[in-house]
Amino acid sequence: MTSTIDDSDKEKALSVSVDLNNDTSLLIDIPDALCERDKVKFTVHTKTTLSSFQKPDFSVPRQHEDFIWLHDALVETEDYAGLIIPPAPPKPDFESPREKMHKLGEGEATMTKEEYTKMKQELEAEYLAVFKKTVQVHEVFLQRLSSHPILSKDRNFQIFLEYDQDLSVRRKNAKETFGSFFKNMVKSADEVIISGIKEVDDFFEQEKTFLLDYSSKIKDSTARAEKMTRSHKNVADDYIHISSTLNSLSVDDNTKVEGRVASDQELKLTELLRYYMRDIQAAKDLLYRRARTLADYENSNKALDKARLKSKAVAAAEEQQQQCLQRFNKLSESGKRELTSFKGRRVVAFRKNLIEMAELEIKHAKVGQTGDSLSFYLFLYFILGQKFTYAKLTVSLNSLENSRK
Amino acid sequence: MAAEMEPPPLGDAGQTDFREIEDGEGFFVSTVTTLESPEPSSPDPPSMPAEGISTNGPKQEDISLDDDPEDLFAEATEEVSLDSPEREPILSDGPSPAITPVTPTAMLTPRMGLGTAEMFERSLDEIEEDDSGDTFDMHIAVSDPEKVGDGMNAYMGYKVTTKTSMTIFSKNETTVRRRFSDFLGLHSKLASRYLHIGYIVPPAPEKSIVGMTKVKVGKEDLSSAEFVEKRRSALERYLMRTVKHPILLKDPDVMMFLESSELPRAVSTQALSGAGILRMVNKAADAVNKMTIKMNESDAWFEEKHQQFENLDLQLRKLHASVECLVCHRKELSVNTASFAKSAAMLGNSEDHTALSRALSQLAEVEEKIDQLHQDQAYADFYLFSELLGDYVRLITAVKGVFDHRMKTWSKWQDTQLLLQKKREAESKLQFANKPDKLQQAQDEIKEEIEELEGKVQQGEKDFELISKTIRKEVSRFEKERVKDFKVVIIKYLESLVQTQQQLIKYWEAFLPEAKAIA
Repeated sequence: MTSTIDDSDKEKALSVSVDLNNDTSLLIDIPDALCERDKVKFTVHTKTTLSSFQKPDFSVPRQHEDFIWLHDALVETEDYAGLIIPPAPPKPDFESPREKMHKLGEGEATMTKEEYTKMKQELEAEYLAVFKKTVQVHEVFLQRLSSHPILSKDRNFQIFLEYDQDLSVRRKNAKETFGSFFKNMVKSADEVIISGIKEVDDFFEQEKTFLLDYSSKIKDSTARAEKMTRSHKNVADDYIHISSTLNSLSVDDNTKVEGRVASDQELKLTELLRYYMRDIQAAKDLLYRRARTLADYENSNKALDKARLKSKAVAAAEEQQQQCLQRFNKLSESGKRELTSFKGRRVVAFRKNLIEMAELEIKHAKVGQTGDSLSFYLFLYFILGQKFTYAKLTVSLNSLENSRK
Repeated sequence: MAAEMEPPPLGDAGQTDFREIEDGEGFFVSTVTTLESPEPSSPDPPSMPAEGISTNGPKQEDISLDDDPEDLFAEATEEVSLDSPEREPILSDGPSPAITPVTPTAMLTPRMGLGTAEMFERSLDEIEEDDSGDTFDMHIAVSDPEKVGDGMNAYMGYKVTTKTSMTIFSKNETTVRRRFSDFLGLHSKLASRYLHIGYIVPPAPEKSIVGMTKVKVGKEDLSSAEFVEKRRSALERYLMRTVKHPILLKDPDVMMFLESSELPRAVSTQALSGAGILRMVNKAADAVNKMTIKMNESDAWFEEKHQQFENLDLQLRKLHASVECLVCHRKELSVNTASFAKSAAMLGNSEDHTALSRALSQLAEVEEKIDQLHQDQAYADFYLFSELLGDYVRLITAVKGVFDHRMKTWSKWQDTQLLLQKKREAESKLQFANKPDKLQQAQDEIKEEIEELEGKVQQGEKDFELISKTIRKEVSRFEKERVKDFKVVIIKYLESLVQTQQQLIKYWEAFLPEAKAIA
């Protein structure tokens, strides 16, 4: 199945980060995306005034794997060790709606035609929501790169944006994937060791404690938020079943409201939490890298002392030590900068999203009222066997709204 | 907000003619209330009790469903005329009592015989309504479930309070204690007496071995408390329905049940007793019979009604199942919301930016309140809605039973008639027989039998007609009751839904400035 989104939709697809496209010298967005089976093809569109690019305005098709490649390339670049690399966008996951669609297909025989259509519509809406979400997440990734003073100049990034042929040659093959998996394991083991190192800088000490704590809490919150929105969806589905049993007229009714509340909530709260969960991981990675250099520095110190004792290869050891120190300082400096701006970014993003979420809830609760009464008018119509005119219905509902406002 | 629903292009007639209730708060606006209705006092609630939560004004008039020929909607739009010809005679009377979310009683108003009488088939209903010299004024409450006894012999005793001003009762207010099997006993007596002549006897709440055992064993947990509450309210509804039936009300057993302090223990209601087994056997026999009787339906009304009830039965069952599902999911939602609230609070605690931290804690609080809301909504879903549906599913089974009895009566009549015919044939055969000595005797015998049978046939026919007539009355009564019942409950339910939404709005609106205050 293919589906596309258009610009107006995207305006509404609320982004998790804010003000990312401020710098007009390099504007990136994903105006279009195609979904085929499992693969999503994004159209990455760049508008730039920078001379480093060949054209001022161009688009390229990219797949999810290309994004991952870019992310990994950035992570592996030594120079960026002191920076928070924006987290890679998660793989598009259509599993849940697809499974539901499958179940729906199986249960088709037991439902009335209307019910089936409604459920199908709901599922399609859900599918669309997942789709929008994944596009947005990929877009944000790119935009964060483009708004970062250092990362935006990265050569790989430029290639990603510009190279108009398939990037598949660059992607990881199985060996590399396995290699990176192994590296990750080593890294986590290292992390544990590193966290034991005495921190010299208060700022970083604080940050470390905070991030560790916060990251576990946010993981927890994300999981529960997901559960909550899933339950909400269940309730919405029930409303569909109920209202279809009521032979509803073809008006907007309760089900769409409840369903939409669930999927919009998904976009807001859960997404917010999920995004920052990943972002915090990226920040933790930065801390880890810095801690590594600290460890290296300490090791080099020890080596220097040993060398001095033995009076052998002192110069080399000294140089090594100097290098380590330099690296450490560089990382500390840029790390401090990054983490501070990260904090600011996070606060702003939370604020924006919480506000939007609250406003959305209010809006939906208001509509929900009329929706609820609508579906129950219909119920009365059915249960009482009366010919209830549609017009009277809407008249009463309008007055309901008016009294609500 | 109206964007979501697009009213059909009916012109502005519908909107402008619509007079809203003065305080502008009524949410089911009904033009009926603003007219000088010729009907006697709609029992408006004297004062709206402290339902502070409900900001809807006191005039919760019902949804304007009736297409009254006197046209209380004169000023409303053309749609009225669309409807009036198609109206069925089962429409309810004018505005039913305004809804108070407090008491579950719906009062039958006495004004049915008045102006709206044209709507009903006079012959049927007037008789019934004019029957009771009193106005129907009865309120039965079942309360104070108390466990009596211990171990497996324990049972729940309920207090039954009857408040009435009707003259057939000896006192204005009576209180007795009854147990569940007493209710069942009452029902079985009424059923055996009235079902087969066509009266729809409201079914009693079902036995539940699991539920009762939990209570007996003394498990003091939430589910057994819920079970007791469920049963209590079911018993109350059962009694109210029973007394609303004018014939059943006058039954001596009912009066005894309500008034006498001691009641002989109804042993035959036990599941495994002799009577219980007999019942099961009878049920099986009935089912078989039903399949074999092929009735010649001469009356289209019955045909139609039968079909209608079958449909209704199906739909109600389906709806009931869906609503139970909804209750379940809503409970789940509330649990998950609560757990999210806790985790958000923790997140807020570990957040070092003060404003954001405060906002997150606020969010946690909001979610907690919402969880409570969801819980309450779930209870409303359940108690109001789902139970009602369950009741009606069982009621419709009773109705179908009544139809079946009619079939049986018909078949009995037909059988007697057949027998009579056979005897007549035998008689005429005898005429041509050649045994003169036995002839006289045999002829006399047969004459006797024939007379007897003729009497029986006549009786059978009368029975059949009586039961048909009774069923007609009962069905129309049932429909009226059904309309009323559902209206009351639906309105309450809708109210609760709207209230929930309102609360949601309030909570989120309170949260919004906090979110905005994050600097």
